[in-house]
Amino acid sequence: MAPSLCAICKTERALIKRPKNHAKLCKTCFITIFEDEVHHTITSSKLFYPGEKVAIGASGGKDSTVLASVLKTLNERHNYGLDLVLLSIDEGIKGYRDDSLETVKRNAVQYEMPLKVVGYDELYGWTMDQVVETIGKKGNCTYCGVFRRQALDRGAKMLDIKHVVTGHNADDVAETILMNLLRGDLSRLSRSTSIVTGDSKSDVKRSKPLKYAYEKEIVLYAHHKKLDYFSTECIYSPEAFRGSARSLIKQLERVRPSAILDIVRSGEDMARLVPGESSSTCGGTCKEKKTTAPVAVEDDIGGCGSTNSRAPGGEMAAMEKQLRENEASEGLEVDITKTVSQRKDGATDNQKALPLRNANKNSKPITRQVLGNCKRCGYMSSQDICQACMLLEGLNKNRPQIQI
Amino acid sequence: MGDSVPAPDKPTIPITVDFSGGLEMLFSNQKRHSLTIPATDSNEKPATIAFLIDHLCKNLMTDPRSEMFVLDKHIRPGILVLINDADWELEGEEAYELQPKDNILFVSTLHGG
Ligand SMILES: [Zn+2]
Ligand SMILES: [Zn+2]
Repeated sequence: MAPSLCAICKTERALIKRPKNHAKLCKTCFITIFEDEVHHTITSSKLFYPGEKVAIGASGGKDSTVLASVLKTLNERHNYGLDLVLLSIDEGIKGYRDDSLETVKRNAVQYEMPLKVVGYDELYGWTMDQVVETIGKKGNCTYCGVFRRQALDRGAKMLDIKHVVTGHNADDVAETILMNLLRGDLSRLSRSTSIVTGDSKSDVKRSKPLKYAYEKEIVLYAHHKKLDYFSTECIYSPEAFRGSARSLIKQLERVRPSAILDIVRSGEDMARLVPGESSSTCGGTCKEKKTTAPVAVEDDIGGCGSTNSRAPGGEMAAMEKQLRENEASEGLEVDITKTVSQRKDGATDNQKALPLRNANKNSKPITRQVLGNCKRCGYMSSQDICQACMLLEGLNKNRPQIQI
Repeated sequence: MGDSVPAPDKPTIPITVDFSGGLEMLFSNQKRHSLTIPATDSNEKPATIAFLIDHLCKNLMTDPRSEMFVLDKHIRPGILVLINDADWELEGEEAYELQPKDNILFVSTLHGG
């Protein structure tokens, strides 16, 4: 095959074929367009304000490393005026974080950013090793995931930072949309599409500037910019990435690369149909603009393995269980606003009832949750006691007596 | 090293193969491998990427979890293949015929971010 030339500069050899539009690009043009698109996401969603202090949730993995690198570049190129800090979570799994923390430490030097490492022991009084000692290896990913979701926020609070950015990419968002679609949970689906989570009630805002970036391009960006990142899998779930919604996403991508962003856009479109929920959309194309709807951080993508969590394989079953339990309690604790309320066109009840499967006892009506704060820790939660505090209560009851 | 030594009379090609993104775990935890592979397959056809993938599974992989690398005899979706730094989609994917001194990189996007 004769080498093709870059579609942009028409001089260099093309090395990248973009999944979203099949454009063949050279290394330099690819890096530029990748950065430009993240810049576009940031400005069109008005993610930052000048002088804002922002913590980058950093695991040493590819996504957060690329996020840190791109944010540093854009902050300097476009004068965002951001004060960037790397924030890492140490789950307390012996040996597991050693290499990734070393990577983050090198990143801190490479990107000239301060680094703060916060441990589960500091935040919860438990390391993951101690959790596993107490409850065994089964189901510990649930603990790890729930704890991690709050860990960044709590760590940010300790640093007096009100905005945490994470490296969640388009594949992550598509995966979450798909899982919620499979479960028929439109409410959670719509929230998962939002680029920003957290609202005035919560102390810490969360956002994902790489929401429209393909995982493939993130890896290629890291490769061509020779970024220093670390790959690992959680030692407590070595089978983690088998048979997951993730695999399905990757297979779809193989057949039709644009599928990933199509799922993200479909999720956003569906979100707009869920009353009380809306999400900022741009999809990299800016077909329309919407106000950003802040959503509960608790419902953000969760799981295990890194700051950028996955919800794969065997973990999916655990997550299903967790979600079922949540739903059971949600019914009692959440202030439900019936969304099948008066329509302006005066449609009859019969017509309204049709599209919703309310007849099915198991399917909840599409509702908007009213968020409150956890009565124990104050963390934003749709329940009286947040998931982390519930899990901690169980753990503390089971804490081995013979502790010195 | 599990590198195979081809029969002496058969022509071979020297290549380097890199693994990253966690795939190195399957190949003696080593990122770079300098290999000498047969220039043709059992049907005397030039060695392609498809041939190389099969060759790597049979001769270089040290971890039994081959499904982390191949599924249904093809590279697992989510693993990127770069041929001399170019996306293999630009080079004919599995049908690409290996040339001496080629560098083939397999990088997983599937491991923790
Ligand atoms: Zn170019
Ligand atoms: Zn709480």
